[in-house]
Amino acid sequence: MELMRVENLKKYYDIRGGIVTHTIGQVRAVDGVDFSIQEGEILGLVGESGCGKSTLGQLLAGLLVPTEGTVYYQGKELSLHPKKRAADGKLALKDVRTEIQMVFQDSYSSLNPRKHVYEILAQPMLYHKLATKDTIEKELKRLLELVGLPSAALSKYPHEFSGGQRQRIGIAKALSLKPKLIVCDEPVSALDVSIQAQILNLILELQKELGLTCLFIAHGLGAVRYVSDRVAVMYLGKIVELGAARELFFHPAHPYTKALTQAVPIPNPTKRPAEEMILQGEAASAVHPPKGCRFHTRCPYARPSCGKEEPGLLPLPHNKDHFVACPYAKQLSQE
Amino acid sequence: MTKKKDITNETYMQTVLRRFRAHRLAKISLVVFVVLCAAALLAPVIAPYDPDEIVGAFSAPPSREFLLGTDQIGRDVFSRLLYATRVSLLVGVLATLISTVIGVVLGLIAGYFGGVADMILMRFTDMVMSFPYILLVLVAAAIFRPGLWSIILILGFVDWPGVARLVRGNVLSLRETNFVKGNLVAGMPLRHILFSEILPNTVAPILVYATSVMALSMLDEAALSFLGMGVQPPTASLGNMLNGAQSITVLTKQPWLWLPPGILIVVLVISINFIGDALRDALDPSGGK
Repeated sequence: MELMRVENLKKYYDIRGGIVTHTIGQVRAVDGVDFSIQEGEILGLVGESGCGKSTLGQLLAGLLVPTEGTVYYQGKELSLHPKKRAADGKLALKDVRTEIQMVFQDSYSSLNPRKHVYEILAQPMLYHKLATKDTIEKELKRLLELVGLPSAALSKYPHEFSGGQRQRIGIAKALSLKPKLIVCDEPVSALDVSIQAQILNLILELQKELGLTCLFIAHGLGAVRYVSDRVAVMYLGKIVELGAARELFFHPAHPYTKALTQAVPIPNPTKRPAEEMILQGEAASAVHPPKGCRFHTRCPYARPSCGKEEPGLLPLPHNKDHFVACPYAKQLSQE
Repeated sequence: MTKKKDITNETYMQTVLRRFRAHRLAKISLVVFVVLCAAALLAPVIAPYDPDEIVGAFSAPPSREFLLGTDQIGRDVFSRLLYATRVSLLVGVLATLISTVIGVVLGLIAGYFGGVADMILMRFTDMVMSFPYILLVLVAAAIFRPGLWSIILILGFVDWPGVARLVRGNVLSLRETNFVKGNLVAGMPLRHILFSEILPNTVAPILVYATSVMALSMLDEAALSFLGMGVQPPTASLGNMLNGAQSITVLTKQPWLWLPPGILIVVLVISINFIGDALRDALDPSGGK
């Protein structure tokens, strides 16, 4: 079942400047994104820095107000504006607030340094009446056990923990409100590789055990490939390819995805492909995105028509669950 | 070689205390300050005479009977000094309290809500800051009846811009931290975000700033009272005790009338400033050691 669907979601940031301050331009961080998250799946979201994936995550978590677009949550339209009340048949953010939680990248700054873990975890639970003063102790211990921390952690301050342990607390904090959807914004990219695996396994275990739905944002393909059921690839504020993780990594259909998968270093030199596709130049600016296909300025397969018409995100003819925003995807995927 | 203490498991307060103790000047200052505060608080017990009563000859030099002599109308200088310290500390503490509360509230609003509220509040702050300070106080003192309480209020209402700016700056950066975002996602109410998440993280700089505001407002009280616009006689304050030094005879021939209050002001202000300095170093989380 579909937990969340997003239609034409946009987030523009105004650039203000000039002698008399006025809007001189817009950064199109997220520029018309459509996708859905199925209940119980982990949807990976990858893309290079500045492509808008964190903005998208914060939009879904209700931290940012979208410029345009509609979000459906469990089939009902959801207003992401924090102050708006629910209209007819619509959900207000407040109604589903505890059901969408977030795990942040920097576990150091995601915990208040002046509070011990008990306060950090207990306050939201008590506020939302998910526990009472009598049951809170038991609840917190259960929560810590779930993320693999000893109950002695409760009386400690965040700085007394290592990065991986802090991320476990961050996950516990997100889980404490019994959410349905967790937005993980690069949860492991600030951790050592060995710790990364532990946290990824924890997320996988929890997702199975609690039936969670996850939007897993990362710029490292390894982590995404490991945890995701489906993966969306973002480039300059748009989704360029969306499909099952295996399919997408083994048979990338969009030139950008192809370049991304080939950018992952392969330890064994004999297994490296003879011909590597290396992207030239920088990603184009999100203030003045190129006309037509946004990727055509760097695309090695670009044809003159690519600079004219913007391709839509369409299913591949031989696989209806695999969406690609490139008219030549079919040819490329069979190469 | 000194024994090294295990400092890996100490709490934040223990770290602060340990770092504070490392400041020798601040330690001395703290002792001096506490002794002066105690003396001021216990003035009714310690003072040998009623501070407002004429008990001896005019302008008598220090003697066994009058430890610091008597003033121009025969009141005991030592007794007056004790009560004056009381008044000065009261002005310092209360004026600081008022200005800190105003500054914190305005800074929180400006920093957290941003936009129009921020612009209006900050321009207003700039305006208050750019006003000739002493003139504003003089005008205010002239409009309201000069006296102890009006000076506390006046100083309280002109000292807040610094605090407001400090708090605003801190809130601006704290608002973007993940733990504030996390609590927004958790649907915590505004009062929790502001007073339980943001404010505790900006207490340290506020505390440090407050010490300098306290020293400043004590100086301002002295200056105003010296000009006759502050605490009105017969109530003694360190400033109006210095008032006598406006006459050249007192200045040259009767140093016991102005040296003790003058020295006391200097000692109080310096000790408060040293304490503030040490606090800043001790509370700084990036201070290491």
